[in-house]
Amino acid sequence: MSAPIDPELASAVAPPPGAAVGLPPHPEGDPHHRDHAGPDHRLPGDPTIDAGHARAHADVWLSDVSAGYGDRPALGHIDLAVEAGTLLAVVGPNGAGKSTLLKVMAGLLSPWSGRVEVLGRAPGEEAHRVAYVPQAELVDWQFPVTVGDVVMMGRYPGLGPIRRPGPVDRRAVAEALEQVKMSDHVATQIGSLSGGQRRRVFLARALAADPALFLLDEPVTGIDATTQEDLMDILEAQTRRGRTVVATTHDLACAAQRFHRVAAINQTIIAQGPASLILDPGVLAQTYGGHLLVLGGQAVLMDDAHHHDQPATGERHFHDDEMRAP
Amino acid sequence: MDAIVGPLAYPFFIRALIACVLVGTTCAVVGTYVVLKGLAFMGDAISHAAFPGIVAAFLFKASFYLGAGIAAVATSLAIGYVSRRARIRVDTAVGVLFAGTFALGIFVFSSIRGYTPDLFGFLFGNVVAISVSDLIGLTVLGSFVLLIVAALWKELLYTTFDPLGAGASGLAVGPLEYLFFALVAVTIVVSLQAVGIILVVAMLVTPAATAQQLTVRFGSMMRLAILVGVGSSVTGLYVSYWLNVASGATIVLVETLAFIVAVVFGPHSGVWRLRRRAGARTPG
Repeated sequence: MSAPIDPELASAVAPPPGAAVGLPPHPEGDPHHRDHAGPDHRLPGDPTIDAGHARAHADVWLSDVSAGYGDRPALGHIDLAVEAGTLLAVVGPNGAGKSTLLKVMAGLLSPWSGRVEVLGRAPGEEAHRVAYVPQAELVDWQFPVTVGDVVMMGRYPGLGPIRRPGPVDRRAVAEALEQVKMSDHVATQIGSLSGGQRRRVFLARALAADPALFLLDEPVTGIDATTQEDLMDILEAQTRRGRTVVATTHDLACAAQRFHRVAAINQTIIAQGPASLILDPGVLAQTYGGHLLVLGGQAVLMDDAHHHDQPATGERHFHDDEMRAP
Repeated sequence: MDAIVGPLAYPFFIRALIACVLVGTTCAVVGTYVVLKGLAFMGDAISHAAFPGIVAAFLFKASFYLGAGIAAVATSLAIGYVSRRARIRVDTAVGVLFAGTFALGIFVFSSIRGYTPDLFGFLFGNVVAISVSDLIGLTVLGSFVLLIVAALWKELLYTTFDPLGAGASGLAVGPLEYLFFALVAVTIVVSLQAVGIILVVAMLVTPAATAQQLTVRFGSMMRLAILVGVGSSVTGLYVSYWLNVASGATIVLVETLAFIVAVVFGPHSGVWRLRRRAGARTPG
């Protein structure tokens, strides 16, 4: 008994109480979208768009989803449809629920209410076609595994119990490492890698699994420009193969330039639409609230990318109690 | 040479030697995951929780392994449940269960009238007192644990390293966690007769912790842990025989010594480690 998605919502800002937000027009000719123009690339308000249509074409579909931890709400009334082949950035301030949204999509956190479909089924049902990369802060970097070991883990779920990795798996690992330019570090313990190299390795783990859906928590946070460009090129290439990528990020410039679409959230969806949407001052102000400072026509985020609504390094089991037991 | 070969003439020593190898191997394999999951304290709690089970088994003339096994597995699953569901910190829950179950054991033990069993043996173990039937039970349980780890080592490794990533990609993180807690409980039960309730956590944790100082690969960590666990157990057994002292304590002392040597002289120690850490922090 899901409420029908307001067609306007697919590419419009939910009007704030008592405030009008100016919106850029929907860019019909967005260069990123030429390969995968879908129903929501039509003009807003097109009567042919309906909720069922959006749902049928979506790799990730959420309707009126609320979620949280214990009795603390983190997300409310989320409506979101992510088409196959889309590179979606989820942006918002700390504590906005970006990671929570990703966990709901990954099936790691059961929503309190609402409906979620991932790759056409309930979250977690198609888990072997989903690759999730946690925030770097949640990884124990002193763990005794090498770069090659971590990437091979991407192959484990497909192998199943008892079976050991074989030549096919080793080839997939080698190719994934090649893609992220980490082949030379295959035998390095992960703790001695730089921040950028660490993100490369975890993306390689996702690539080695060859998933239909990538769920990446802060994949480009705290890394150098070269690594960011490399990783975004790889993700862009994946979407051209029809893969879907949902990534949280604090980097609004990257979100606007390198992603196809953006969902600005702060407990709920503030706005969703083409990536350029995030440069709209109204959307920014509404998403970031007091964290945003406008200086001479330029918005400056007063948001520290290194503070997270997450436990400190080493407390990796914090979320165990929230994890879904499949 | 006679000091090595001489004791082998005694069947009790051969049995103790076999028990040491079995316990050393099982504890090292499971202990590798325990150390990496940071669950040493939980291992201590489970072993203490086995005590009321052992006393109950004595009272009802049931098998030692049955009593200890039921109590240990039940406690480990309770800890697992509490740590995943309840709004209590895990170390608090473990601390409460740790003392509570042990007190229950002592309470029942002290109420035993007439012939009382050897409390010292329960608490500190006596590997040279292991009977043939004990050895059979130990072999069955130890093989059971090793077989399960052999089948699921990848899955246990992935869920230990990155529970979120593993869960999202379809591994049954919850059931694997409970299974692992049960494996820890069975491993502890297997080791109880060798080193006793108080010291069993050392068998579980120390060899794996020693191995962790020497390698950066999971596979070699487990292999080294087995080497340290079995080597220390056998060495400890001989030393206790030569000096005529408690076997369990001697085994644990040898393991502790191995750990200290690894910390001081291992590749992660001293200046080398500091330099490596500084290097790892460089952003890039």
